[in-house]
Amino acid sequence: MTETSAPTALDPERIQRIREAAYRIRQYSLIQAEVQGQGYIGQALDIADVLAVLYADQLHLDPLDPESEDRDRFQLSIGHYALALYAALTEAKFFPEEELQTYAGDDSRFPMSAMRTYTPGVEISGGSLGHGLGIANGVAMGLKRKGSDRFVYNLLSDGELGEGSTWEAAAVAAHHQLDNLIAIVDFNDQQADGKSTQMLSMEPVTDKFEAFGWMARRCDGHDVEALLTNLIELRESEDPRPRVLIVDTTLGKGVDFLEAREKLHFMKVTEEEWALAHEKLTESHQALSEESGR
Amino acid sequence: MNQSTSIQNLRSGAMSADLAKAGQRAVSAPLGHALVEAAQQDERVVGLSADLAKYTDLHIFRDAMPERFYQVGMAEQALLGAATGLAMEGYVPFASTYSVFATRRAYDFLLLDIAEANLNVNLVCALPGLTTGYGPSHAATDDVAILRAAPNLTIVDPADAIDIQQAVPQLAASDGPTYMRLLRGKVPAVLDEYDYTFELGKAKLLRDGADVLFISSGLMTERVLEAAKELEKDGFGVAVLHTPTLKPFDEEAVLAQLGKGRLVLTAENHSIVGGLFDIVSRTVAGHGVGERITPIGLPDTFLDAGALPTLNDRYGVSVEAIVERVRQSL
Repeated sequence: MTETSAPTALDPERIQRIREAAYRIRQYSLIQAEVQGQGYIGQALDIADVLAVLYADQLHLDPLDPESEDRDRFQLSIGHYALALYAALTEAKFFPEEELQTYAGDDSRFPMSAMRTYTPGVEISGGSLGHGLGIANGVAMGLKRKGSDRFVYNLLSDGELGEGSTWEAAAVAAHHQLDNLIAIVDFNDQQADGKSTQMLSMEPVTDKFEAFGWMARRCDGHDVEALLTNLIELRESEDPRPRVLIVDTTLGKGVDFLEAREKLHFMKVTEEEWALAHEKLTESHQALSEESGR
Repeated sequence: MNQSTSIQNLRSGAMSADLAKAGQRAVSAPLGHALVEAAQQDERVVGLSADLAKYTDLHIFRDAMPERFYQVGMAEQALLGAATGLAMEGYVPFASTYSVFATRRAYDFLLLDIAEANLNVNLVCALPGLTTGYGPSHAATDDVAILRAAPNLTIVDPADAIDIQQAVPQLAASDGPTYMRLLRGKVPAVLDEYDYTFELGKAKLLRDGADVLFISSGLMTERVLEAAKELEKDGFGVAVLHTPTLKPFDEEAVLAQLGKGRLVLTAENHSIVGGLFDIVSRTVAGHGVGERITPIGLPDTFLDAGALPTLNDRYGVSVEAIVERVRQSL
């Protein structure tokens, strides 16, 4: 059922560079969440490794020209993951670190839910779930019309698979052979009312996408080597089907006491925990770096 | 009435796709031809449909320019999503389906993806108001009411083939999103008999008269023009102000016609809730004008299924019913 690719030999420096980026994306996410004293911090921490692979390695982007014709389009369908995206864009030098302090404030370019009309580098207005994949289709069609070899990446969530429009869009992408479209599904098994698999199970997700005519892979969303290998292979494949990578992630990843906390869609963090969270993040990052350095 | 007559009546209207009456001057599939022309002028124009190209006249475009047409199947949310993405890439999509599906089923996509982003997506949607005998599943008696509160969205309710032909290039050229209530098939050509050109955002006085003022849009403009001719025979002077753009609404043109001691009626192919009557009423109230407005339109009820001529009479929107309503009011 699940096709998990074997890790191939990738340049260790490349992997380490992505891990460093993931670490900073997590730190930037914590900084923003602390400004508001709350936020979708669990999701931001779970998706940081995926965003690091994309923003530090895979996406062709120019922070000085966010609307460059010659860019890959990364679309966040799950608008509530905004702080993770702002963190990734900050890591990619779209914004100075100081601007993270404006997160979700009045007149900020970083609203709580990501919108294309507010923020350079934010391609679509997510938030109303089930919209992203359909828009990605149109962009993929447009890129093909132009003869562009750039890709569209669309990040959606496991909960979002409950929206029928996601599957309408999946069918259209396959029918039109949008092989320049890579969807990524964050499978953190968490949605507003509880575990996704207990709300409306969409498993086996890989099989469903394959049945819809997609080239589907699934891997550990925190294994940077596996993520990179899969995303490279999906991009480079000559297969005419649209591509999807389902990533299994852990809410609150990188901060042990948040990983262990009762899993909630909107995770609560007390005032005195923020400093500790930064520390724990640094600890887990160092441990991971040492382990792989051996 | 014997049985064969009633069967004949049913056949005359329930399934007909054409609005033009036998012998009437008409244009076949004006949208399709206008879009081909617009696409020849403008490289950015593309067409999409959700399994209704043939029933929205987009098949003309599809067959003339297959490489610029996208079929997404019976999936209206995917239709608007694809149109959004194409517009984001700089294309000018014209997406067609029925009004009921674009507005009721895919409204969230229309509002958030297209209107909020202020993209040049043009929705051309058939079966506005009472133009089908299928009843509430197909008849969009509420589309204008649904869409009026969508910021950035331009709403166009054309009267005839002339309006449609002239509107298409203007919709393509305007930057923001538009929604046009499409008349399809053999569509009457009426407005070229008047000194008229379609201008997006503008109302036009088609005829003047001292006793009655109709403010109308969509196919009701043709009917009030017919009614005006009848009423003229009775000695009444009848003015007709055609307001094909319902949003943004040409308030100035309407206000300029008020306060002249005439009987003022709105005529719309839409529920009297949330459509032209409400638009004119808020214009009048907002400017403190003391004027009684009499609405002609579809009642606040789910429409019966049946033959269009029967239903037009039943709901008071046929030429005869309009004439009678005015006679009683004067």
